[in-house]
Amino acid sequence: MTQWSGYLGLILQGALVTIELTLMGSVLALIMAFLAGMGRVSRFFALRWLATVYIEFFRGTSIFVQLFFAYFVLPLIGLELTPLQAGVLALGLNVGAYAAEVVRGAIQSVGREQYEACIALNFGRWQGMRHVILPQALLIMLPTFGNNAIELLKATSVVSLISLADLTFQAQVVRSQTGNTLVPFATILIIYFALALIISWGIRSLERRMARGLDGVRV
Amino acid sequence: MEWDWNFVWEIMPTLIQGVKITILATLLGSVLAAIVGLGIALARRSPNKALSRSVGWAAEFIRGTPLLVQLYFIFYVLPDFGILLPPLVAGVIGLGLHYGTYTAEVYRAGIDNVPRGQWEAAKACNLSATQTWTNIIIPQAIPPMIPALANYFIAMFKETPLLSAITVLELMNQAKSVANTYYRYIEPITLVGAFFLVISLFSVVLLRWLEHRYGKIER
Repeated sequence: MTQWSGYLGLILQGALVTIELTLMGSVLALIMAFLAGMGRVSRFFALRWLATVYIEFFRGTSIFVQLFFAYFVLPLIGLELTPLQAGVLALGLNVGAYAAEVVRGAIQSVGREQYEACIALNFGRWQGMRHVILPQALLIMLPTFGNNAIELLKATSVVSLISLADLTFQAQVVRSQTGNTLVPFATILIIYFALALIISWGIRSLERRMARGLDGVRV
Repeated sequence: MEWDWNFVWEIMPTLIQGVKITILATLLGSVLAAIVGLGIALARRSPNKALSRSVGWAAEFIRGTPLLVQLYFIFYVLPDFGILLPPLVAGVIGLGLHYGTYTAEVYRAGIDNVPRGQWEAAKACNLSATQTWTNIIIPQAIPPMIPALANYFIAMFKETPLLSAITVLELMNQAKSVANTYYRYIEPITLVGAFFLVISLFSVVLLRWLEHRYGKIER
């Protein structure tokens, strides 16, 4: 019995690493999403082009390849990364590219009259974006951001392959030490699912809070 | 360390071996996902509450947990119950099941998007249930689904490197093994990245065309 509690401790340590990766990856993804998403609707050709290249590149190659690139190839050109840094970098940049398209779509889905109202109020482009467009676009983005965060959580399992001790890695450790395969893998599947449920619940309550005071504005 | 074209040509035949397996896994996985998705979508529409609920939960669970862990589960846990699968078969089942839960949503949306009037008209013309489905609903539901399905198949293609974790000798695994033999990571990993990037850039064009051709519902 004591043995099992020790193994459970190992798995919980892995869960902490997975949560840490998910949080840090999400922050980076969020930053990249807004930079690239706003870049896509920029006035300047160079910015639009740069954002498009970033998005197409990171959506076009898989997270797995990007992670291996960050971990094995970047050190060769002088950029040494720890597994955690490589993981956060690859996850954040990859999911950020998907989320950037969400940002762009949400900004473009805000009604024309809102943009016209900004002009009528003599707002600058940035002012209009900050006070009128983004508050409305944010609400449209949120549900899809929730899905993106769950995708990111699922993608964190890949970092186990560059020897970062996350949930999946610890399950493999437990498997090799006990010879039992069903229990560790079933346990981590349930933990992953519980984390995914927490994310979708968190996003839903955030959505409810943000929708407050916007009734009637959005149909 | 710098780029060496001679080495590139040397490893090319090995990588092409991997490409074949990658494409094979994608094709088989797509077929399985299309079938599994249809099964899930039909089960969720079933009047039997117990069936539709339990299938719904199972699909939700599969969608909320990482593909990598599911692959481990199929490859390492099932043998405990006497089901021993070759790596490629396990990989295809994993891909098919995982993406089947996504395609199920596409089918559901496609069927739900057929206007109510069509169902009522079928009833008014005294068509039987089979006639309604084969002659009225399915011909209208399928075309709008095609771009969304293609989208998931492309996503699946980009996830195939995960199969290397269960020892399928696909492109990523071949690249890793050459990299480990010669201690050169820069060429193999970059080539894998370039390969996926080129295919997905082509698939973006294909998707645009599919959307243009089938995306609009004729009313």
